[in-house]
Amino acid sequence: MEPDNLLFTEEHEWLDADGSEGTVGITKYAAEQLGDIVFVELPEIGEVFSKGDTFGTIESVKAVSDLYMPVGGEIIEINEDLENAPELVNSSPYEDGWMVKIEITDEEQLTDLMDNKAYEVYLKEQE
Amino acid sequence: MKYLPNCGEELQKMLETIGVDNIEELFRSIPEELRLTKPLNLPEPKSEMEVLAGLKHIASKNKTASDSAFFLGAGAYNHYIPTVVSSLISRAEFYTAYTPYQPELSQGTLQALFEYQTMISQLTEMEVANSSLYDGASATAEAVLMTDRIQRKKNKVIVSDGLHPEYIETLETYLHNLPLEVVKVSLTDKEGETDLDALEGAVDEETAAVLVQSPNFFGVIEPLDAVSEICKKSGALFVTTVAEIYSLGLLRGPGAFDADIVVGEAQSLGNRMNYGGPYLGFIASRDKYKRQLPGRLVGMTEDNRGQRGFVITLATREQHIRREKATSNICTNEALCATMAAIHMAALGEEGVREVADTCYSKAEYAKDKLVSIDKVSLVYSGSSFNEFTIDIGKSGIDVIESLAEKNIIAGFPLVYHYPDRENQILVTFTEMNSKADIDNFAKELEGVL
Amino acid sequence: MTKGRNGLSFYEDLIFERSREGAVGYSLPPLDVPKKDPSKTIDSKCLRKDKIGLPSVSEIDVVRHFTRLSLWNYAIDYGIYPLGSCTMKYNPKINEVTASLEGFADTHPYQPYSITQGNLELMYRLEEALAEITGFDRVSLHPAAGAHGELLGMLLIRRYLEEQGNPRSKVLIPDSAHGTNPASAAICGYKAVELKSNKQGRLDLKDLEKALDDEVAALMLTNPNTLGVFERNIKQICRMVHEAGGQVYMDGANMNALMGITRPGNAGVDVLHLNLHKTFSTPHGGGGPGAGPVAVAKHLSPYIPKPVIEKNDKGEYYLDYNPEKSIGRIRSFNSNFGVLVKAYTYILTNGAKGLKKISEHAVLNANYIRARLKDHYHLPYEAETLHEVVFNDKRQEENGVTTLDIAKRLQDYGYHPPTVYFPLIVHGALMIEPTETESKDELDGFADAMIKIAEEAKEHPDKCKNAPTRPVVGRLDEVKAARNPVLRWTPQEED
Repeated sequence: MEPDNLLFTEEHEWLDADGSEGTVGITKYAAEQLGDIVFVELPEIGEVFSKGDTFGTIESVKAVSDLYMPVGGEIIEINEDLENAPELVNSSPYEDGWMVKIEITDEEQLTDLMDNKAYEVYLKEQE
Repeated sequence: MKYLPNCGEELQKMLETIGVDNIEELFRSIPEELRLTKPLNLPEPKSEMEVLAGLKHIASKNKTASDSAFFLGAGAYNHYIPTVVSSLISRAEFYTAYTPYQPELSQGTLQALFEYQTMISQLTEMEVANSSLYDGASATAEAVLMTDRIQRKKNKVIVSDGLHPEYIETLETYLHNLPLEVVKVSLTDKEGETDLDALEGAVDEETAAVLVQSPNFFGVIEPLDAVSEICKKSGALFVTTVAEIYSLGLLRGPGAFDADIVVGEAQSLGNRMNYGGPYLGFIASRDKYKRQLPGRLVGMTEDNRGQRGFVITLATREQHIRREKATSNICTNEALCATMAAIHMAALGEEGVREVADTCYSKAEYAKDKLVSIDKVSLVYSGSSFNEFTIDIGKSGIDVIESLAEKNIIAGFPLVYHYPDRENQILVTFTEMNSKADIDNFAKELEGVL
Repeated sequence: MTKGRNGLSFYEDLIFERSREGAVGYSLPPLDVPKKDPSKTIDSKCLRKDKIGLPSVSEIDVVRHFTRLSLWNYAIDYGIYPLGSCTMKYNPKINEVTASLEGFADTHPYQPYSITQGNLELMYRLEEALAEITGFDRVSLHPAAGAHGELLGMLLIRRYLEEQGNPRSKVLIPDSAHGTNPASAAICGYKAVELKSNKQGRLDLKDLEKALDDEVAALMLTNPNTLGVFERNIKQICRMVHEAGGQVYMDGANMNALMGITRPGNAGVDVLHLNLHKTFSTPHGGGGPGAGPVAVAKHLSPYIPKPVIEKNDKGEYYLDYNPEKSIGRIRSFNSNFGVLVKAYTYILTNGAKGLKKISEHAVLNANYIRARLKDHYHLPYEAETLHEVVFNDKRQEENGVTTLDIAKRLQDYGYHPPTVYFPLIVHGALMIEPTETESKDELDGFADAMIKIAEEAKEHPDKCKNAPTRPVVGRLDEVKAARNPVLRWTPQEED
């Protein structure tokens, strides 16, 4: 079961919302599907995205995936550790492998996301 | 049919295993209405003897650099190729091998290409190079697409008129359906260099990149340091193209002038002229842009026994993974030509490449003096040159070249083919393959014809 | 009894690591003109003063180095390359001889026409032959590879539609297509829209109907498709696309199944590219060079790239550098001529009769492999296949052995693996195309090895998981190579 303080998207991103700020990453399932992560491309601080926009990409040796915004927001911080240690996404997807911190534009969009129980059900449907 | 090994009894056994009576049944899935009812209208099969004789006969209708005094360049060059190149590249392990997607079975090709990537980086004085593109022209287009990916929102590229006209045409065709604008900057009348004032005027914050070729199509060496400064001031990427890569045996690599990307044609290294192809496009860039490079990249790594080995790497850029978002659509490249270039550069080595470059320069300078001393011949541009330069002969370039061709002298390229107002101008090229006697004779015959 | 066996091979440094001061591997005649000091005419800041960094080695070093390197490669001359959609057939030696004739190889593309009539004649005749084989009006020999041909084909379609009034914005591409298809469409400014294949692996006509609208510029089709299945509705498909105002582009990578049997031009296809390094036996060279001629129906011929080969009333050949409606060019000069000579030699050798037999035997060999393996590997699509067949690792995965493991284990048996993980619509795909130049013996050896591996997957899966052990290197760390790319040697570089 994923951590219970997080919210999830169908594209397997997680969001840790703290008031109007949020931290975004990808789930353990997504990291496992991709395999050993070799590169994460992140946006610039200050860029603004809408819900569902591609804010970056994540690569393993044989696959590449877009990263989608769980809610609309402005990028206020990026995880620079991922540049030299992309493997953090594999070893610690919910903590050290965080990707961006955002200023959430519309907190109402949080209600569209799944909680950890709903995400677990969703994962079972994927199989 | 000597390329079809299965016949007779074996053929029968195969049909039995499949469970059909004849081969025709295997084509049931093709509708009757689409089946050809008569044979293709092609000749009967020919024996090896007949094919060889036929092809030799066709080939004999050509004159070549081997049977003429040869002074033609303009983007494809006649250079000495050590015999080891053809000998080594005729090994089946090199030329009948597949793309190195199974690296354990392709270490030969991979290491040779890794060495080639290194050599191109060294010549251009850039940090990283790929393992080949089709040719200098398509490489130029790929370089611009690369600058677009790097710069993203800027949609203008500035191109010097000094680029090979076919590189410019290719670029314009590639960009035709994309939201990128090509703005041209002309050359100065006297020196034949890119007009720096015009360039400075044309460059602005919308400029993704500036492209300059050195030596340029007319043979003139460009002031790359000055162009570099203009680019730095505006944030445009500095891209140089090189058509005669041997020039880098004498001249500094564009990396020394802070080029961001260097592209061009490496056919001069170990590849015969082959009437236009296959050639060897190359691209080199700063390390920080490597993830935006098109084409295959070979990287060094380790195997599970701790041995050094090589693999195709950063493949997520490529079409088979990234599909429509790939850095390029390129799949098959010019790997064998790159392998030949690596063998060539190994054989010539540090000293040989420099000696060939020095020789080209000396021969061209000697020829320049001889030709310019002819009454009707004048040098069109005063800018310095490496092994090519443009002369005005006061008469139709096409006609003069045609008459000299009858005397087994291939006298250069008549510029009118690409520039309608340069009817009397020809581009002449000199390499280590031209003897003094040939050059003297060329001058004599040219004088006779004018 | 495996084909692969251990043998002595050699470790070899990088050529730079062999470099020794003073070693020389070349010879040039003495300079017969005065030696000129470059600084006399060239600004000294443009002149190289430091070393380039190239190695200094003797000729023997060069020969030993590259000969040893070559031994690490598998090649067609060693054995089968059952790679689906690659058509890795035997490369006739005569092709190499004709292509290296001085009369061809030492000519320059800008030589006057009067002295290159041989080259122009060859290109003209090759165009005629390829047009006849494929059923089209004209063939451009311009592109340097298949993907380059795809780009050209899409550019031609776009120009044609522009002249009709609207270039449109979308290109329909089956989910089984090669990655170069959507990549090429993107360069033309088109959006790639995926079409689903049906349960037989063919294009779903209802899906196609739904997708066709007045923004669809083209459908890009491979026929037979990447599953080896012939799109038997191709005439109807072309009609549907044409009625919607679009064009049909065919990826001709799989032409080896069709020569002398059927012609794409007859089915209504508008433009097709060929891969000379597949169907027409030119060697692969470790990744290239190839050539990707593009055959076009009459309405597209005005747009083909420059220069165009023509013949005048006197029977002389020449290159038209300014055809009125040409889209321009996508490469310098005229073609990968050296590759064209090989393909032309091949066509002359085989003739109409031979080419048809080639396609027949290509289909025979693939169906033989299919028959031999179908009880041991899962066949995701039941439809009849022509020159290639796709299995996958469904049965072997039950024991934890994947397509990757099967491929690596096959190496130990002495065979190059088939294409793996393509087409994408088959999970864990193993795409097998033996080609016509493989004997029953070689096919049996390959099939026996595959069957043995299927057994090993059940009884000794670790043999597959630890493979390969016979080649000079074992599995390579591709993660390390991608995380910390080392793309060149530098003087102090330690591994």
